[in-house]
Amino acid sequence: MLRYFLKRLLSLGLSLVVASVVIFLALEVVPGDPAAYMLGINAQPDTLAALRDELGLNGSVWARYLGWVGGMLTGDFGTSYTYRTPVAEMIGERLWISLPLALYALTLSTLIAFPAGIWAASKRGSVVDVAVMGVTQLGVAIPNFWFAMLMVLVFAINLRWFSAGGFVGWDAGFWLAMKSLTLPAVALALPQASILARVMRSSLLDTLSEDFIRTARAKGLTKRQALWRHALRNALIPVLTIIGLQFSFLLAGAIIIENVFFLPGLGRLVFQSISARDLIVVESVVMLLVLAVIVVNFAVDMAYAAVDPRLRGRR
Amino acid sequence: MIFNSFKTGVVSALALAASMGMAQAKSDIVVAMQLEPPHLDPTSAAAGAIDSVLYSNVFEGLTRFASDGAVIPGLAESWDISEDGKTYTFHLRNGVKFHDGTAMDAEDVKFSLDRARAEDSANAQKALFKGIEAVEVVDPATVKVTLSAPNGSFLFNMAWGDAVIVAPESIENIKTKPVGTGAFQFSNWVQGDKIDLTKNADYWGTPAKLDKVTFKFISDPTAAFAAVMAQDVDAFAGFPAPENLPQFEADPRFQVLVGSTEGETILAMNNKQPPFDNVKVREAVAHAIDRQAIIDGAMFGYGTPIGTHFAPHNPDYEDLTGLSGYDPELSKKLLAEAGFADGFKTTLKLPPPSYARRGGEIIAAQLRAVGIETEISNLEWAQWLEQAFRGKDFGLTIVSHTEPFDIGIYARPDYYFQYDNPTFQKLMDDLNATTDPAQRSAMLKQAQEIIAKDYVNGYLFELAYPTVANAKIRGLWKDAPTQAADMTAVYWDQ
Repeated sequence: MLRYFLKRLLSLGLSLVVASVVIFLALEVVPGDPAAYMLGINAQPDTLAALRDELGLNGSVWARYLGWVGGMLTGDFGTSYTYRTPVAEMIGERLWISLPLALYALTLSTLIAFPAGIWAASKRGSVVDVAVMGVTQLGVAIPNFWFAMLMVLVFAINLRWFSAGGFVGWDAGFWLAMKSLTLPAVALALPQASILARVMRSSLLDTLSEDFIRTARAKGLTKRQALWRHALRNALIPVLTIIGLQFSFLLAGAIIIENVFFLPGLGRLVFQSISARDLIVVESVVMLLVLAVIVVNFAVDMAYAAVDPRLRGRR
Repeated sequence: MIFNSFKTGVVSALALAASMGMAQAKSDIVVAMQLEPPHLDPTSAAAGAIDSVLYSNVFEGLTRFASDGAVIPGLAESWDISEDGKTYTFHLRNGVKFHDGTAMDAEDVKFSLDRARAEDSANAQKALFKGIEAVEVVDPATVKVTLSAPNGSFLFNMAWGDAVIVAPESIENIKTKPVGTGAFQFSNWVQGDKIDLTKNADYWGTPAKLDKVTFKFISDPTAAFAAVMAQDVDAFAGFPAPENLPQFEADPRFQVLVGSTEGETILAMNNKQPPFDNVKVREAVAHAIDRQAIIDGAMFGYGTPIGTHFAPHNPDYEDLTGLSGYDPELSKKLLAEAGFADGFKTTLKLPPPSYARRGGEIIAAQLRAVGIETEISNLEWAQWLEQAFRGKDFGLTIVSHTEPFDIGIYARPDYYFQYDNPTFQKLMDDLNATTDPAQRSAMLKQAQEIIAKDYVNGYLFELAYPTVANAKIRGLWKDAPTQAADMTAVYWDQ
């Protein structure tokens, strides 16, 4: 187990190093100068030079790369070119929206997907199954931003139950804050719930056709008992994998939804920073998201190994 | 003791009565705009969003723009101009204080101007200060500015947001904590979301009518529409979706103000790159364009046709649209004369705003009709600045020049469209040296004619500035003579 753990840890470290090089170089070759963007079309050459100097854009590529990585290792993410505030502080503030939003969406998605998937699987071929499959097919197909706009139209503009967007802030109280995250969370959750419900259903169906279920049935358990006691737990492994992936996706992939609901989250920060060529912010946020994905995968790997002894031996 | 509590009771009863009486008059407002300022120092970035939030609200200059674009006294109450036009003596207002309580005096003016024109200055409009030779403090309320040559637009230059007066005491943190002299003071910024301003109780002039102004940033046009419709925001300055304006106009809850801007939207041609180095080709392009079709198709009818690089609301504007009327046949004839009977291929590089992206498609179709094939590429601003603007690697591009009174760019041969005409350059030099209004007016008209007759660029339209607001709000600026959302005179009608 320890060897397996160390091996995975080493691969985690290597992935991070490779990711940091790729991110840095990719943004190096993107055309566009942050100083020129800030100073606009009437800037004089000497002003541009002065600002480039101030931003530290004149050093060599490797010096800047090492400075960036070295800074991150000591917790210093640098200072944003445009906002001129510490990047770590900015990311921290945005995480207070993005993280709860991702968790909220994930909770909703799980709460919808589990019952739907289990129900469909237990009544395979029935009307319920067909209905769940149909609705989830639609859920996967509908783009979440379109669904978001539809919800805004109905719940914000016509019914006036929710505001059309924006975040009231946690100071306004937990419930008000959650309320302002509700529409975006639903919009994010819908496609995820659809995917998850389908995975849940097919994984459960696979397990239900395994030998040990037949044995359980032979022992005298009803179909229902066999499903809840034996099949469900075994069917959960692929579902948990998907949940892990979805969490990273929700954290990073809310860019469009954050724009539709004008939420000041991580996605919007990346979006704004890319167009302003605030490279240091883009680099740091992307790196953070990569870290999140890799750590989640690492945790999932560890969980597998803990559950399934076969994995430890093989690798 | 008893007396004291009695007094407190009366006072709170009075306060209660007062607050009940005032209940209908709202004293705060939420104004949305599309772009968030990158930081809050108007003197070191080109971002118009900084001025949109801070100009006149928080920061003021020696002179300022009124809502009609006229230059009026700001922190300088009056000024004397020497006989030779080279020395300006500004008399500052009494009792002006910065929001941190320190007094605004001649030292601050000197500091601000010297900072803007310094060697290592990061001022995006450094050219505004180029002619300044010396800034002297005569006494705390008087500043003498000496120019190297007379400059007829000096007072105009000093009204820009890039020329506002800042204090050395607060310059360190200006990017996150701006300290100015305006009727509102900066209170809070939730990055990515909003900026709060509160009323400055110590303001030297007419105090603001609102207690609090919140600027909210909504970049997505659909989200903007939803936010206004759901009345999450009270006003949207520079509403980004012109197609939705008729819907607001028809709704009694809202008012729609469509004002003019300083944004000349042009189809810029690379005057040094063949075939656009040939004036006949440029003329052919100009005649191939149907302005009204672009205004209707790309801007849903909002925009004023222009025939030269000048704002139509300016008193010196001359309507020269007739020089480049829509005439595809003439265009083909001119192309044939220039040796391009079979047309040619070129690039059309489009920055992100919808006037460029939507307008670009229409222009490409119109040019194709006369035989000019364009290869469209959509660029981000940063890419556009690097490729088209600095690299001058383009045939055609569409951009709106939003700086006020910027016909002077045609006197810069290194400017991206690379127009190099010594006669025009001489005219601009003479204009700068002239202070007589009548003479200036004649020269400006001449300048407009020269560039229109040289078909330097395809002149499309003046960008409109739509504001959608709650029908009860009064005192909003309709036009945008500079990028500003001046809230100092705004109030709620009961």
